[in-house]
Amino acid sequence: MTDQTASKADSDNGVRSYLAKHLREYGLLFALIAIMAFFQVMTGGVMLRPINITNLFLQNSYIIIMALGMLIVIVAGHIDLSVGSVMGFIGALAAVLIVNMNMSVWLAVPICLFMGGVIGAAQGYWVAYWKIPSFIVTLAGMLVFRGLSLWLLEGQSVGPFPKEFQIISTGFVPDIFGIGRPNGTALAAGATAASLIFWLGLRGRARNRQYGAVEEPMAFFIVRNAIVMGALMFVAYKLSTFRGLPNVLISMTLLTVVYAFITENTVIGRRIYALGGNEKAAKLSGTRTERLTFLAFVNMGILAAFAGLIFAARLNTATPKSGFAVELDVIAAVFIGGASMSGGSGKIIGAVVGAFIMGVLNNGMSIMGIGIDYQQIIKGLVLLAAVIFDVYNKRKQS
Amino acid sequence: MSTLLEMKAITKEFPGVKALSEVSLSVEQGEIHAICGENGAGKSTLMKVLSGVYSTGSYDGKIYYDSELADFRTILDSEKKGIIIIHQELALVPLLSVAENIFLGNERAKNGVMNWHETFDRTKVLLAKVGLRESPSTVVDTLGVGKQQLVEIAKALSKDVRLLILDEPTAALSEFDSATLLDLMLELKHQGVTQIIISHKLNEIKRIADKITVIRDGTSVSTLDLHKQNISEDDIVRDMVGREMSQRYPPRIPRKGSKVMEVCEWNVWHPEHSNRQIIHDVAFTVHAGEVVGIAGLMGAGRTELAMSIFGRSYGQKISGSIKLHGQEAIIKDIPSAISAGMAYVTEDRKSLGLVLDDTVQRNITLANLPSVAKAGVLNEDEEAKVAEEYRISLQIRTPSVQQIVGNLSGGNQQKIVLAKWLFTEPDVLMLDEPTRGIDIGAKYEIYGLINELSERDKGVVMISSELPELLGMCDRIYVMNEGKIVGELSAKDASQERIMAMIVTG
Ligand SMILES: Nc1ncnc2c1ncn2[C@@H]1O[C@H](COP(=O)(O)OP(=O)(O)OP(=O)(O)O)[C@@H](O)[C@H]1O
Ligand SMILES: [Mg+2]
Repeated sequence: MTDQTASKADSDNGVRSYLAKHLREYGLLFALIAIMAFFQVMTGGVMLRPINITNLFLQNSYIIIMALGMLIVIVAGHIDLSVGSVMGFIGALAAVLIVNMNMSVWLAVPICLFMGGVIGAAQGYWVAYWKIPSFIVTLAGMLVFRGLSLWLLEGQSVGPFPKEFQIISTGFVPDIFGIGRPNGTALAAGATAASLIFWLGLRGRARNRQYGAVEEPMAFFIVRNAIVMGALMFVAYKLSTFRGLPNVLISMTLLTVVYAFITENTVIGRRIYALGGNEKAAKLSGTRTERLTFLAFVNMGILAAFAGLIFAARLNTATPKSGFAVELDVIAAVFIGGASMSGGSGKIIGAVVGAFIMGVLNNGMSIMGIGIDYQQIIKGLVLLAAVIFDVYNKRKQS
Repeated sequence: MSTLLEMKAITKEFPGVKALSEVSLSVEQGEIHAICGENGAGKSTLMKVLSGVYSTGSYDGKIYYDSELADFRTILDSEKKGIIIIHQELALVPLLSVAENIFLGNERAKNGVMNWHETFDRTKVLLAKVGLRESPSTVVDTLGVGKQQLVEIAKALSKDVRLLILDEPTAALSEFDSATLLDLMLELKHQGVTQIIISHKLNEIKRIADKITVIRDGTSVSTLDLHKQNISEDDIVRDMVGREMSQRYPPRIPRKGSKVMEVCEWNVWHPEHSNRQIIHDVAFTVHAGEVVGIAGLMGAGRTELAMSIFGRSYGQKISGSIKLHGQEAIIKDIPSAISAGMAYVTEDRKSLGLVLDDTVQRNITLANLPSVAKAGVLNEDEEAKVAEEYRISLQIRTPSVQQIVGNLSGGNQQKIVLAKWLFTEPDVLMLDEPTRGIDIGAKYEIYGLINELSERDKGVVMISSELPELLGMCDRIYVMNEGKIVGELSAKDASQERIMAMIVTG
């Protein structure tokens, strides 16, 4: 029966059911564009100035990097409230090692990343093997590491960092073509990325057609890709007329690609989704659920450490307050990006776009001079709206 | 007798699936009306339409209840009219007590303060009515499925039920528990409760039903009156599958090769109560190409035995030895059990077998991902091809392998669990109630698959509460009771009576 009716379903129906299924993804993309357009108008064009676009990346990279790890933790059915504190703690550690103890940057950075992993392991151990709710373990971690960074810094700000540390964040990729301005590397990178996205999209389509998944209508595919590619080229061009590609943009993009690949195309990624979807079934199917949970937290710790380094490098100092309440922005980004609270679903790219939405909101409202009070209210409402949209969408489908 | 319920030309569509097309159903006051049909025919969907799970407007057609046009927007609307549905998948809150579950949403309270006396007293009365001898304060989690089913009925009775709908109530029950339940249904009928039952067990339907409506491919094909016509099970099957089906079990030539699995002195203790022994000194063997049955009542320890063998996924302080192909095997966890060539199809597909929010494809490959991957990177083309092969060979009814498993009918979900384990290419396949909730046609297909495995010299262990199924399929049957093996019968010596006798004399 189903075979016949499925083939009988006219193409009109196909478009509608495709849209219903993917409304979330389109919605997210358009929300980001709409918000940017809104601020572009409201700030009188400041939003999309090359310098501001560069700033957007510099300011939000650490949130995006942590959102990658948080997505995995949330997909696995957990949460990590400690990332803001851990990030602050690692920044403080870096400052003490590099500034106070004159350690080489090349040694201090690996030590800091390793410490991040150890912190993740220390928390993940209790969650994975002792089945203590992650909310509680990481709430404890949040307090502990906040306290530890205060102790490390003795309540003071420590800085400045040497140049080679600062470039983690504020360095730019030189123009390999030697044009200078516009920066050739930026333009070339933008064009490569755009064509890569288009090519991957085409390949995915071919596969879907072969295996009977509901297919994205061609028109949608073209429009969506045109927008994404256009936006990429636009950003690349804008960056090229300023100082080119920021180093953080490179590390951020690489990490995003790597994590998107891991979550969507590898065995371990698949198992994390299964673990979050139904832990018992995943376990009975031969997944080492405890180990996976543990690793998710280790990974989160390393990424939080990296974020801490980037943040300290940008501010050029470590302060006891850095990373304060950042975990909330990170978690919000992941949920705006469509991850489910109960685990088992959510995408890397969604989390990244979610983080950008938060970032653009922060940035745009700051430029407009909106007070911190209203900023909080608006961000809260955006998060709520995104989740309501999700739930509504799901309900309509069943 | 007057007509209590008329469903007229009900049509219900899901994205890409037409689950019901112009189905009609008419139920008389005070009768037991059975609904039969293959997996995915639309039985559960029809009942969800009736009970307001799918609200008016989300489907086409009309429902007349008590000669009035019904407009049920939620379950509460239908409950107010005395329509109570007990779903295919039980819906009790596991950590609450029997009494709390029965009065959940209907609490005995005054100004929001619970009246525990009344709650418990009324629960006692209800439990007596359904013949369940348990204390009202027992936590539901600790009861077996059979007893939980009775709690569901007690819950239905606690509301003023006029039309009770049971969706495959006996699928998870032993013969004995089923019989109790069916007697209870007849008793309720005498008290004037109209009932609709969905079941794949035709003998039960013949025993208690007054009328049968057969649904095939989302349309109602016939309504048979068991009192007027002389109807055989074969007649019902013919209407269900649309063709003649002369045999229930595919022909099978008994086979017996070398020993593939040998379990010795197997002892297991309860996972939480370390002084309660669940499995006592169990020993059994499985030969290549053999289908070995394990018979026993609910709670005999069959599932616990299988799970403890399968990578120690149940129990603690496990002792004993497992030999695979004559070699001592050290199996400390599930991954090592799988790589040693074991597979275990769980009896509880919803909570242990499937990731319900994932697609058919992802569920089928879950236990054997490395084989559709290279260096840890999945090859989705390969994966889709594998899933597609199983969809075709097991005749899984789904619009595509990209469908979410939770949207499939119960029987088709079961086939997906099977597909998952077949894909691991096991040497020993342990099947725990493999045909639970599966229609007759699909059962036949699954039996055929089991025979195919045995022809490829795999060993099959089959746990089932349906004795006819064990007798029809197995070469040898072990009988279990209270955690011990109390007997062993070869196919030609086995009969229902002998097995029951072994259980009783234990
Ligand atoms: N929420 C849903 N979304 C999409 N399709 C659905 C949904 N619910 C049911 N279906 C489809 O509708 C059809 C009828 O399903 P239904 O559960 O009513 O079958 P059934 O007759 O009860 O089968 P079984 O005997 O296996 O329980 C199936 O093809 C199923 O896949
Ligand atoms: Mg059903």
